[in-house]
Amino acid sequence: MSWIGPRRGGDSAAGIPYPVKVVAGVFSTHLPKFSAVFLAALLVIFSGALAVADESAGPSESMVNSLAAKKFGDKRAAIEALAALGDERVIPVFEAMVDGNLWLRKSDGKVVIAQAQGSVYVLQDPLTLAEIGQVEKSEIKSVRANNKLRRMIRQALGGLTLMSADPARRVVAADAVFRAQSADAIPALETALERENDSSVASRMERALAANRLMTTDDIEVRLTAIKTLGGHADPEVQALLASVLVKGETEGLDESIVAAVNEALESVEQKLFLWGLVGDLFFGVSLGSVLLLCAVGLAITFGVMGVINMAHGELMMIGAYTTFIIQEIFRAYLPEGAFDYSMLIAVPAAFLISGVFGIAIERGIIRWLYGRPLETLLATWGLSLILQQMVRTIWGPTNQRVSPPSFMSGAMEFASGLTLTYNRIWIIVFSLTVLALIGVLLRKTTFGLRMRAVTQNRRMASSMGIRTGAIDALTFGLGAGVAGLGGVALSQIDNVSPNLGQTYIVDSFLVVVFGGVGNLWGTLVGAFTLGVINKFLEPLAGAVLGKIFVLIFIIIFIQRRPRGLFALKGRFVES
Amino acid sequence: MMTASHRPMLFAIFGDRGGQILLGLLLLAAILVPILNQMVPPDSPLYLNAYRVSLFGKYLCFALVALSVDLVWGFCGLLSLGHAAFFSLGGYCMAIHMMRQIGERGVYGHPILMDSHVFLNWNELPWFWYGFDSFVFTFAMVLLVPGILALVFGWLAFRSRVTGVYLSIITLAMTFSFMLAFFRNNMGFGGNNGMTDFMDLLNFNVRADATRCGLFVASAMAVGMAYILCRVIVASKLGRVLITIRDSESRARFLGYRVEYFKVFVFTLSAMLAGIAGALYVPQVGIINPSEFHVAKSIEIVIWVAVGGRGTLYGAVLGGIFVNYFKTFFTTWAPDYWLYALGVMFVGVTLFMPQGIVGVLSKFFGKKKAEADKDADKDVGGDTAEVTAESPEPAPGPAPESGGGR
Amino acid sequence: MSLLGGTMKKSSYAMALAGFAAASVACGGIAQAQTFYNQGRMNDGGPILVGINHSLSGTMAISETTLKDVVVMMIEDLNNSGGLLGRKVEAVVVDPASDWPLFAEKARELIVAKEVDVTFGNWTSVSRKSVLPVYEELNGLLFYPVQYEAEECSRNVFYTGAAPNQQAIPGVDYLASEEGGGAERWVLLGTDYVYPRTTNKVLRAYLYSKGVAEEDIYEEYTPFGHSDWQTIVTTVKDFAAQGKPTAVVSTINGDANVPFYKELGNQGIAAEDIPVIAYSVGEEELAGLDTGPLVGHLAAWNYFQSVDTPINAKFVKRWYDFIDDPKRVTNDPMEAHYIGFNMWVQAVRQAGTTDVDAVRQAMYGQTVTGLTGYEIMMDTNHHLHKPVLVGEVQEDGQFEIVWQTEGPIRADAWSPYIPESAKLTADWTYPWVCGNCEEPRFTPGQNPI
Repeated sequence: MSWIGPRRGGDSAAGIPYPVKVVAGVFSTHLPKFSAVFLAALLVIFSGALAVADESAGPSESMVNSLAAKKFGDKRAAIEALAALGDERVIPVFEAMVDGNLWLRKSDGKVVIAQAQGSVYVLQDPLTLAEIGQVEKSEIKSVRANNKLRRMIRQALGGLTLMSADPARRVVAADAVFRAQSADAIPALETALERENDSSVASRMERALAANRLMTTDDIEVRLTAIKTLGGHADPEVQALLASVLVKGETEGLDESIVAAVNEALESVEQKLFLWGLVGDLFFGVSLGSVLLLCAVGLAITFGVMGVINMAHGELMMIGAYTTFIIQEIFRAYLPEGAFDYSMLIAVPAAFLISGVFGIAIERGIIRWLYGRPLETLLATWGLSLILQQMVRTIWGPTNQRVSPPSFMSGAMEFASGLTLTYNRIWIIVFSLTVLALIGVLLRKTTFGLRMRAVTQNRRMASSMGIRTGAIDALTFGLGAGVAGLGGVALSQIDNVSPNLGQTYIVDSFLVVVFGGVGNLWGTLVGAFTLGVINKFLEPLAGAVLGKIFVLIFIIIFIQRRPRGLFALKGRFVES
Repeated sequence: MMTASHRPMLFAIFGDRGGQILLGLLLLAAILVPILNQMVPPDSPLYLNAYRVSLFGKYLCFALVALSVDLVWGFCGLLSLGHAAFFSLGGYCMAIHMMRQIGERGVYGHPILMDSHVFLNWNELPWFWYGFDSFVFTFAMVLLVPGILALVFGWLAFRSRVTGVYLSIITLAMTFSFMLAFFRNNMGFGGNNGMTDFMDLLNFNVRADATRCGLFVASAMAVGMAYILCRVIVASKLGRVLITIRDSESRARFLGYRVEYFKVFVFTLSAMLAGIAGALYVPQVGIINPSEFHVAKSIEIVIWVAVGGRGTLYGAVLGGIFVNYFKTFFTTWAPDYWLYALGVMFVGVTLFMPQGIVGVLSKFFGKKKAEADKDADKDVGGDTAEVTAESPEPAPGPAPESGGGR
Repeated sequence: MSLLGGTMKKSSYAMALAGFAAASVACGGIAQAQTFYNQGRMNDGGPILVGINHSLSGTMAISETTLKDVVVMMIEDLNNSGGLLGRKVEAVVVDPASDWPLFAEKARELIVAKEVDVTFGNWTSVSRKSVLPVYEELNGLLFYPVQYEAEECSRNVFYTGAAPNQQAIPGVDYLASEEGGGAERWVLLGTDYVYPRTTNKVLRAYLYSKGVAEEDIYEEYTPFGHSDWQTIVTTVKDFAAQGKPTAVVSTINGDANVPFYKELGNQGIAAEDIPVIAYSVGEEELAGLDTGPLVGHLAAWNYFQSVDTPINAKFVKRWYDFIDDPKRVTNDPMEAHYIGFNMWVQAVRQAGTTDVDAVRQAMYGQTVTGLTGYEIMMDTNHHLHKPVLVGEVQEDGQFEIVWQTEGPIRADAWSPYIPESAKLTADWTYPWVCGNCEEPRFTPGQNPI
């Protein structure tokens, strides 16, 4: 890194095209310092400090107070000093700082941990964790960290938490050791590994140990074992590490057996990563497919069953998303914080009902005058979509609205290979399949479904059997609209909640329905997932835009081949 | 329509009153506009400034593309949502021609490449840009690019009997994929920014008032000629086959007509007209970019036709001009509320005026005339009957065996 | 099913017809009245007209509506403090509806039909490119408030947003610095249009000049409104897992940001591992997000709502009084309009007229105290000297400033990092009098013209 070298230290401002404040050395490397902090913490922990810490050697109040220093450089020094103590009492201080809960009391310059409780902040002493009063927000000032400091703290916490009671923390700690790559870390790691009884954590520690051994020793046998161990861990970091061994070997010379072992291990890692990549792409495709399914399934009812080209379908989804937003606002304003997770439970039926009512109103007000003129429903509902968009814009403004994920939808399931399956996507997949299943049951097992199918198949006959076809039409359209509202709830979790929400998905929705075969829920299901998966497998190859274009061309050609879609309805009534 | 075959051709063309009025108005505009802009002094209340000349010129381009949609939708029942693509392709051809005319006057001063090519570090002109420095070649491309696309697309679609809603959706997919493709900078058409900053067309400065008048007159003539062409087609035997296809495709097929050939022919012709509209549009608005391919534009074109009156040709022209004037006016007059007005208009027209403005007008004038002059009754009655025949009344509910109203 | 037959149809036709007739009479009448009004204004020196050409509907309404509001607010304030040159100032608001050709049409309408004295407008580059010929042809005056790709300098436009060297390069410098995390690998993510491509081109050249290897840069473009970021975020993670500290430079535009950040948050990409610096994400975009998981990600702008100066406190308070909605935040393009509007007012006062040529001359060297407290000056290349701030996202959706330049930086209208533009100069004063020339139009010392 040639731009890092000469910029270090006093030579900072040379060549920078403008004056710079705050920062002394703009370009400089950070890694050695990180490792130093980390190892200091680690060594203290393992080299006898496990005995009860001496009171006098523990963290002092003034050390903690210096975390609130004005300059980031001073803060860094304070963190290094605290980390070097290796005292467990530092952990809550560090955690508070990373989470933004560390504050400076203006009256006496004492650094405290503060939590908002209603309109006041409750203060704790950072070291004793004793409660020391309540203050207004204006009396305290937050102790800011930046990314660099946060990373330092996390590394230090890693050192402090390799023996933590929490397995998740031990994993983080082990991964930090993996990156540190220092001979000094090996004994500590070995001790930790011996005590470890959680197999998944032990595996992470083994990986860290192997990496450290591989990079620090010259003993060929040890290295070969380490390479073999690493070969069993398929993740990009191991891949990069092994590759770097080879690169280094080219200049420094490397034992042939090691080269062979590394190559073998690399091959196995790459193979596994490739397979994991396929699994990842498949998941992404299914997840995209489930979003498409939720968007399209409502349309499959209004368009597929009723023959209405509902261009306002996207706006019905938007109404669902805004309903979610409003329900969340109500929860935020009137209910305790813990209840927030249940907002989705309310939002789902509420969105269904509100979009459904809109749908019924649209059917009674506009659509029913247009049966038999399907192409003209396109025009009227387009006009309607403009009105709905502008209505939302007038009421809530044009900007995005904030919809937060409930806790069970935040975060992700992380695999050792680096594959991350986010919970919100998993929930959306589950949700879309549930919705589809419920609609299937509704159509096949209930009286309403029976009547609906009767009206669809032979309106006059149904009518003469005493079915009120008008009411069935309204309810069917309402059902389609309500399901669109459900789609909106799901979209609010992954996309903008803005007046433009619906426009983004309308074309895709129509394509899914037409591709799957109009009037067939299975077709919609298969169509949505097929398109989602194709799209996601093309994306890494061709890029997002070209991938999508290829999918569109594929659909156009497919429709030429099978004009009625994937699952065509058979029989006379389809021709009309 | 029963009498159409007995009429002489010329009468068929000029025989309907709406068309006569339209052609008259176009002629009047083509004469008056240049005079009002060029010969009337600017402080006179009659003076027409260049802004309005270009604005009306733009409306005429929209009218032309509406006319082309009416030809396929009103007379052959093909609701194409691909005409925004044909329109834009024509526009892009013209834009490329004008970019080539810029020469060294571009931002980076490259003699051959356009600025966005220089920007992408391209060293030579992409192959598909060759030839566009010639106006004749460009004009041919304006017709051929949309034409061939429509020919291929139409042939594939109509051969496999993709009809109705399915046709609308796959034409929509086509337009959408064009939009995505043209958004890509690597396509070499300027990406999202498209092409702008045009200077000359046939050695005339496109920003000069006189050129604007010239373009306006060209647009008016194009609309007039396209109208006559469409009128000739729909009044001919071919036109009657088209209407048969629209009203009952299977019957036409059983009568021995190769339905797909007729459809492909009229679809291709219509795409070419749309291409001409695009080519005239670009120099008048001064920019072409991929948002012209937007789904909304395709749907809007259809709506212009519906508002004006489907299946009358002159109705489409009227609709194209009316809706766009409406938009121009309301986006300034009520910037926060114009979408409501537009939306209500679209819903209202579909619900209450299935034959559009023309339908209302002809009913209104028909009644008045009938009262005033009984002799004219036959003529006007014929007109009304024709309009009715071409745009059928809403079917009384879904056909018994249809799938819920399709 | 059809109730449209028979009697109802006739009455509805009549009604519809009456409606149309009324509408067209109204249209005509208003248009006529407008003409008379304009003539009246010309005669008795009526109000000074300020055109506002910002989308109030369509995809860009989300960003541009606020800009319309802020100009309307400032005009109100100006009138309350006595107007300009003894005349009232009036806003002429139009809606170009995120439709680029419509922008050009509206620009022309504002200048020709409404006869406005100045226009504040546009957000996207394509809309600016669309109106540019109009302003040049009619010698209008446009204030363009958004950070953009530069590579342009029109005589009729004042660019009050940042050029790449006033935003992109300092942001990257920060990330490469020790404070910022010492990034050595770079992901350049952008929406596929001119601004991200130019910015990334400039950044690439800049990074090369700092010794970054080609394989340490990953560049990817997505379409507008891209909503499925799973694949790309995963790729970024893999790219970052190669040992070196990695940073993401995002020029993702508008709508696509919310799904991008939602995916980042859910995939657990913390700012201390892979910081993302954004050049198109401000307070307004964050308003649609749960910023909890995003704390520490960055943005580089010339202004943040959290700037701690008395002048900004006053402005923010005034804004909330005006807009009456606690959720409507202030952002960088608003400050650009604040500077642009006040500068224009000063220039008009100095020139004693709203005549475009006179105002333009008066603009050069004009200074205004920006909301950041710095004296902001208009240079002869029609761009402002602006300070650069880097802010970290906070839980409350605001930014905390972690780094800033010592003072305002001059804008490069033509980037020195792009070979074909490095040789161009923009200077609208003697002897250059040119927006993109390699040599001055005139030779100093000899009397031209």
